Amino acid sequence: MTTPDSLPRIAVLGAGHTGPVIARVALEAGYPVSIAASGDPDRIALITQVLAPGAEARWAADAVRDADIVVLAIPLHRFPAFDPDLVAGKLVVDTMNYWPPTDGVQELFEATSLGSSEVVARRLARSTVVKTLNHIGYHELDEGRRPAGSADRRALGVAGDDPAAVQTVAGVIERIGYDVVRLDSLAAGRLFEPGGAVFGASLTRGEFQQALGAAAA
Amino acid sequence: MLGLDTFGDVTHDKDDRPLSHAQTIRDIVEQGVLADQVGLDFFGIGEHHTDDFPLSAADVVLGAIAARTSRIRLGSAVTVLSSDDPVRVFQRYSTLNAISGGRAEVILGRGSSIDSFPLFGYDLADYEELFEEKVGLFAGLLKGGPVTWHGNTRASLVDQDVVPHTESGPFPAWIGVGGSPQSVIRAANYGYSLMLAIIGGSPARFAPFSQLFQRALKQFGKAPLPVGVHSPGHVAATDEQAREEFWPRYQEVIRRVSRTRGFAVPTKESFEYEIGPRGALYVGSPETVARKIAANLTALGATRFDLKYAMGGLSHEALMSNIELYGTVVAPRVRELLA
Ligand SMILES: NC(=O)c1ccc[n+]([C@@H]2O[C@H](COP(=O)([O-])OP(=O)(O)OC[C@H]3O[C@@H](n4cnc5c(N)ncnc54)[C@H](OP(=O)(O)O)[C@@H]3O)[C@@H](O)[C@H]2O)c1
Repeated sequence: MTTPDSLPRIAVLGAGHTGPVIARVALEAGYPVSIAASGDPDRIALITQVLAPGAEARWAADAVRDADIVVLAIPLHRFPAFDPDLVAGKLVVDTMNYWPPTDGVQELFEATSLGSSEVVARRLARSTVVKTLNHIGYHELDEGRRPAGSADRRALGVAGDDPAAVQTVAGVIERIGYDVVRLDSLAAGRLFEPGGAVFGASLTRGEFQQALGAAAA
Repeated sequence: MLGLDTFGDVTHDKDDRPLSHAQTIRDIVEQGVLADQVGLDFFGIGEHHTDDFPLSAADVVLGAIAARTSRIRLGSAVTVLSSDDPVRVFQRYSTLNAISGGRAEVILGRGSSIDSFPLFGYDLADYEELFEEKVGLFAGLLKGGPVTWHGNTRASLVDQDVVPHTESGPFPAWIGVGGSPQSVIRAANYGYSLMLAIIGGSPARFAPFSQLFQRALKQFGKAPLPVGVHSPGHVAATDEQAREEFWPRYQEVIRRVSRTRGFAVPTKESFEYEIGPRGALYVGSPETVARKIAANLTALGATRFDLKYAMGGLSHEALMSNIELYGTVVAPRVRELLA
């Protein structure tokens, strides 16, 4: 497990638009990173080599087993078929979004007033779920990074019910190159969803808090 | 190679009233003809099915342009293959190829078009499977000769002759990719050229995609294939004029698109970034735009640039002037910069 002087190991599930970018920025922040899609790692070997050099392409089960943090970057419509046992006992970062006009209608997420990450958390009952990285475009994640203290450093929201998990994930986001605005529940994390004030918006910490405040008011 | 493409945005008259769909389409024919006259290499039309973008039958419009031109290549940009029938797409573009004397191309992709899915009774959640299967079938059709194919997304074909036959082998076919590495691999696997759709953020971040494509081709034992870039923009006599014409239209279009996608509305600040050297928009004087094109083609190892001109609400006159400047000033300048 993680010792104080070693960074948590990250497994990224999903090697599509989003997964390799998250893998790359995490690697560049110094984390050991593995990446997996739904099948044989050979199928994503070239993608990993070119887009996230240094990450290890693995079978999902192997990547997850050795990881402290699992980043879920798979399409939401694939989530109903996702096996909760795979990530039991793990800290799971949920980057997924539900937006029927672009993703189609998903029963699991439709028949509820819960936010998408709350639905995810209920299904992954034996994991600790934290919501972040869902509200920044994969194409901005690279360029949006700034060193700590930069006046124009962009903020990302991190929301979860478990304060220690939120703390851990906030640490990753900061190290990658973003300020963090923490929310103390997944329910509050609904504010990061599509259609909300911070979704796809490049905001500093102050602006981010203000936008959330206005939305919550 | 320098080309143009349009999504068929409805143009406005001089009093800023929207023109009819029919007039917009007739204007696009004129724009295609002018693109040929000013020496551009490609004119493309992107399939859309909405009130703002009424170009649902791009191939018909391209046929009309083909009849009045002799040199320019004509194609889709893009064809939403997942919600279409590959056999029909082949038939339509092979017909265009016949009419135009071998000047047809297709770019296959998702485009920004999600409206074709409900319209034709497809589920967006099936996008991947639909695209994978249909791209495979289309590659088979392009080769020519009888086709045998089995899959889940359309009826099987057994030794099926599909007409019209092309005169001299397959016409150029591309896959348009917005950021999916799997699509890059798929293009390489089936032997399609790669069209990078860069509509926001830094073009340079696509360089690894270009690399991924060439490495995948090598892995599949295929010869190198061209990489192209598609990006939006607007050319006018001066930087100021281009900006003033483009920004309010862009703001309006992007505001609507953002709303349907759940995004916060982009600001003037993000627009300034996008038209700057590190952004994805080509808005400015011919010199500004030419420099940016040349720099990005070099950075991306690409040999073709398609400017996505027109932005809902611009006038036909502004678009004609854009095309004229792009063909007569930008294109020669880019060639000079790259020489
Ligand atoms: N687009 C953005 O800017 C953005 C930003 C933030 C978050 N997101 C979210 O990121 C998620 C992924 O989107 P995307 O556009 O990157 O998707 P995508 O390009 O379709 O890629 C999907 C990836 O997920 C893999 N996958 C599917 N089911 C899996 C499973 N059970 N286990 C492991 N891997 C699995 C696929 O692998 P196979 O090919 O092997 O099936 C594929 O590599 C979405 O939920 C989206 O909302 C997107």
